[in-house]
Amino acid sequence: MSLTNEQLERYSRHIILEQVGGKGQEKILSGKVLIIGTGGLGAPAAMYLAAAGVGTIGLVDFDVVDLSNLQRQIIHQTQDVGKAKVESGRETIAAMNPEVKVHTYNEQVTAANIQDIIRDQDYDFILDGTDNFPAKFLINDACVLLKKPFSHAGIIRFQGQTMTYVPGEGPCYRCVFKEPPPKDAVPTCRQAGVLGVMGGVLGTLQATEALKYILGAGQLLTGQLLTYDALTMAFRKVKLPANEDCAVCGKQPAITELFDYEPPTCKLRNTRVG
Amino acid sequence: MKVQVNGEELVIEKPVNIKEFLVLAKAEQPEYVTVQKNDAFVERSKFEETFVEEGDTIEFLYFMGGGSR
Repeated sequence: MSLTNEQLERYSRHIILEQVGGKGQEKILSGKVLIIGTGGLGAPAAMYLAAAGVGTIGLVDFDVVDLSNLQRQIIHQTQDVGKAKVESGRETIAAMNPEVKVHTYNEQVTAANIQDIIRDQDYDFILDGTDNFPAKFLINDACVLLKKPFSHAGIIRFQGQTMTYVPGEGPCYRCVFKEPPPKDAVPTCRQAGVLGVMGGVLGTLQATEALKYILGAGQLLTGQLLTYDALTMAFRKVKLPANEDCAVCGKQPAITELFDYEPPTCKLRNTRVG
Repeated sequence: MKVQVNGEELVIEKPVNIKEFLVLAKAEQPEYVTVQKNDAFVERSKFEETFVEEGDTIEFLYFMGGGSR
């Protein structure tokens, strides 16, 4: 693949970087990233990855755009309220960078479909932008079993966290957090609120990890949990040891096939927070 | 006795076990927090027999969902 004149111009600020260059931009153009959840985290991640020229982007979401999403889910606009999030996401990406091939999956990830979705385009990297723990553990387990790298992130109020899993190169999400907390024990953004920019900060960090993985540049957040407190403007990296006894990636894993935890309650779905 | 908790110094009077330390250090949601002592995970079943002592580095790792809706 050689870059066209238009691509040389569009991606010139990438190409000039020593760690990217023409070769790296070609890697990005043939890169395939799956974004699960096109909300606070997935929206900015999808936009930056599309702008960067990631050739294939998969968007998974079963929800429709709600007015209360627009405070942070910047891939969706006012006229998109009521539209499927994946469709709204596809339209924004098409307007930003028509070169990107977008595959949409208008469904909730479950044990029954997640492997097929990941295999659909044989995605290189998966980005977890979901808002609930059953989905986060499912994505982790699916990526461990399919040997796919992924980025975890979570945001709440003024705080965020992210870590990257690469098979064989450090702990998975389950090494750190063994199993989901009981339903409703840990508040969601809908219940506790979130400063809109938090998704931008963490989602953009996730997109950065995806690009670095595709490029093979720098060090990823493997074996580290990066936490961010916006009130004190403190970023911290906590070293994470691999857990030999991990139920999915440990030496004698108890989890060898996928399963669903109970889906999150939807009773607060239409409650507007804050 | 000085210990580090999530990067901040905390002074405690005497060694305490993790279960007591969670209260002392005001951990949020102590029932669900993941605890690391000096870069190693502490199993929840070992919270009562594991003590926090002078110079220890403790990390509380919290569940954070958020993201989509």
